[in-house]
Amino acid sequence: MQKSAMINNEIIRKRLAKRYAKERRFRLYGVASITISIAFLLTLLVNISLNGLPAFQQTYINLEVNLDEDILGVTSSSNDKEFLQGNYSKAIKSSLKTLFPNVKGRKNNKALKQLVSSSATYQIRDFVMDNPNMIGTTQSFWFLAKDDIDVFIKGGIDRSLPETDRRIKDLQLIWIDQLLFDQRLEKRFNFTFFTQSDSREPEQAGIKGAVVGSLLVMLVTMLLSFPIGVLAAVYLEEFAPQNNKWVDMIEININNLAAVPSIVFGLLGLAVFIGLFGVPRSVPLVGGLVLTLMTLPTIIITTRAALKAVPYSIREAALALGASRVQMAFHHVVPAAMPGILTGTIIGMAQALGETAPLLMIGMVAFVANVPQGIADPSTVLPVQIYLWSDSPERAFIERTYAAIMVLIGFLVMMNFIAVIMRRIFEKKF
Amino acid sequence: MMNKRSEFDVEINDTKGTPFIDNAKISARNVEVFYEKKQAIFNTSIDIGKNQIVAMIGPSGCGKSTFLRCLNRMNDTIQSCQIRGEIKLDNEDIYARQQDPVLLRARVGMVFQKPNPFSKSIYDNVAYGAKLHGLTSNQVELDDLVEKSLMRAGLFNEVKDDLHKPGTGLSGGQQQRLCIARTIAIDPEVILMDEPTSALDPIATAVIEELMIELSKKYTIVIVTHSMQQAARVSQRTAYFHMGHLIEVNDTNTVFTNPEHQLTENYITGRFG
Ligand SMILES: Nc1ncnc2c1ncn2[C@@H]1O[C@H](COP(=O)(O)OP(=O)(O)OP(=O)(O)O)[C@@H](O)[C@H]1O
Ligand SMILES: [Mg+2]
Repeated sequence: MQKSAMINNEIIRKRLAKRYAKERRFRLYGVASITISIAFLLTLLVNISLNGLPAFQQTYINLEVNLDEDILGVTSSSNDKEFLQGNYSKAIKSSLKTLFPNVKGRKNNKALKQLVSSSATYQIRDFVMDNPNMIGTTQSFWFLAKDDIDVFIKGGIDRSLPETDRRIKDLQLIWIDQLLFDQRLEKRFNFTFFTQSDSREPEQAGIKGAVVGSLLVMLVTMLLSFPIGVLAAVYLEEFAPQNNKWVDMIEININNLAAVPSIVFGLLGLAVFIGLFGVPRSVPLVGGLVLTLMTLPTIIITTRAALKAVPYSIREAALALGASRVQMAFHHVVPAAMPGILTGTIIGMAQALGETAPLLMIGMVAFVANVPQGIADPSTVLPVQIYLWSDSPERAFIERTYAAIMVLIGFLVMMNFIAVIMRRIFEKKF
Repeated sequence: MMNKRSEFDVEINDTKGTPFIDNAKISARNVEVFYEKKQAIFNTSIDIGKNQIVAMIGPSGCGKSTFLRCLNRMNDTIQSCQIRGEIKLDNEDIYARQQDPVLLRARVGMVFQKPNPFSKSIYDNVAYGAKLHGLTSNQVELDDLVEKSLMRAGLFNEVKDDLHKPGTGLSGGQQQRLCIARTIAIDPEVILMDEPTSALDPIATAVIEELMIELSKKYTIVIVTHSMQQAARVSQRTAYFHMGHLIEVNDTNTVFTNPEHQLTENYITGRFG
């Protein structure tokens, strides 16, 4: 007896060493794979940030503009229509002329004018319309520099290249150096990027329209997919007969829908919502409808899993007290499953927020220069805006593409953060 | 092995003892229960007297829970479960078409083996049923009812300062008494208890047993238990189940001192089960 016990101990000890070695190996693999994932993620984030951060600054040029009646062609008593027809670019031209009086020739004059963005004229116009009594004075303005100037200032154009190979001409280089020397040219925080919508001119392009569009689309998606998804899941889980072939078939189909490529939902939306029901194209309403189709399976599946995880004893407790099935479900089971339901919903919404392909199908890829005012206004969304900018030839759109990605990631992080907080709140409550 | 053979030789179609009594609160006749095709209860008839405690004992898997759950139609929630026969509560067929299971469960309460308080506050746990059925008309009455129910479940003094803490934070024994308080708050006529103390230590068990005896002054109680001592301590009558058959029903005293059926004797003397 004694002896065999000792032998057994020996055997176990030998195996023990092996088992520990295995465990150590496994831990090593785990740490290694986590390290690799984090490395990838960091590379991605660093790359995006390095490329996108410059977009948050923008080059501005300071000019003294003479708001002369004769130059502008408007007086302090002009009406709105006359103001809209004023010749503001002439004022800019003459202001540049006073800085660089030696510029001769049409071509050079044009190059000179192209230092500042075309938005400068609107800036003067708006100023004059708001302050008509300032007409006749000379005012100092900070104008957006043209995108090429901005790219050059941020180091995107090499001045050692031959003139024909770069988008900034030799003369312009001289002017820029002069402006820099006079401290009339500097980088400032790029408010334009957050207050404007898309534009053909990179320096005037912003993401406000896309952000508002995304928020509207999310709102529609949320309002539709959350109640529909949760109710469908509650019905399937708590009320539908089990082992019924129809219910089984519905379940299989929902699982299949979750795996359908999102572009298919776009085609479906195009055919049904736009083709059949005549919802206008490119509007957040139809975008939200399409994304609802896409998000529903995710919400239903995760909600059902969350409901399944609620112990059966809670249901019995409610029923035994004389609760009806609906009361049982909504007083006890759904609240208990809420953390899981919210997690699923936010995962679905996050997917929807980043979705591009189905929205291309329903025309949300159109160029929209206005901020949408409601769910029936044409608009674009963040991921589509990213896609559009990434496709634009202008150099200055590259950094805006990355900056928009940063904003999108910011929103996703925020949503996950909200999910965590909501989960905490609900877990505390129940 | 010899022993085993003889087990199946004995006649088990008829229930021995005195299953029927006058003045029954619940009377079950020829009840048969099936899960899918598997029969779990065979031709079972028994009366349960008013303000009595009836204990149901028998080896694991013999169908005690199944039969108990027929009495408040909890088995309705299991789709595969089919019930035949007749069960009357105060001479009303509880499986009749016009009988509402929700109303029935308000009259026949149930306490489960594993304490299952809602993850709400202690107060809300007790108040839930009353709110559901609109038993109180204002907050003062509800407060009163909650206090009274907790008091009768012997829990009030332990929790009176924590009424708004979660019920799930109590100890196992306290949780079970909370479940009892919750059940008696809606003032049922019958309370079914399925092994209510199997998850509890002897002290908590003793508290609940005392409570049962106290409650039986007002309510009719049916209790399933694996502890023969418990059955002996609390019940007036005892029913012995065996493989889906009701073998014997008698005064508790008789069952434990002078069982009529061989199977009952085998079980209470610990020969199997
Ligand atoms: N939901 C169910 N579906 C299918 N069969 C079931 C179900 N519940 C119980 N049974 C079967 O019915 C028989 C009786 O079960 P029951 O739970 O009533 O036994 P019990 O006497 O309460 O046992 P225990 O003392 O272990 O609780 C068992 O054979 C069991 O396998
Ligand atoms: Mg049982």
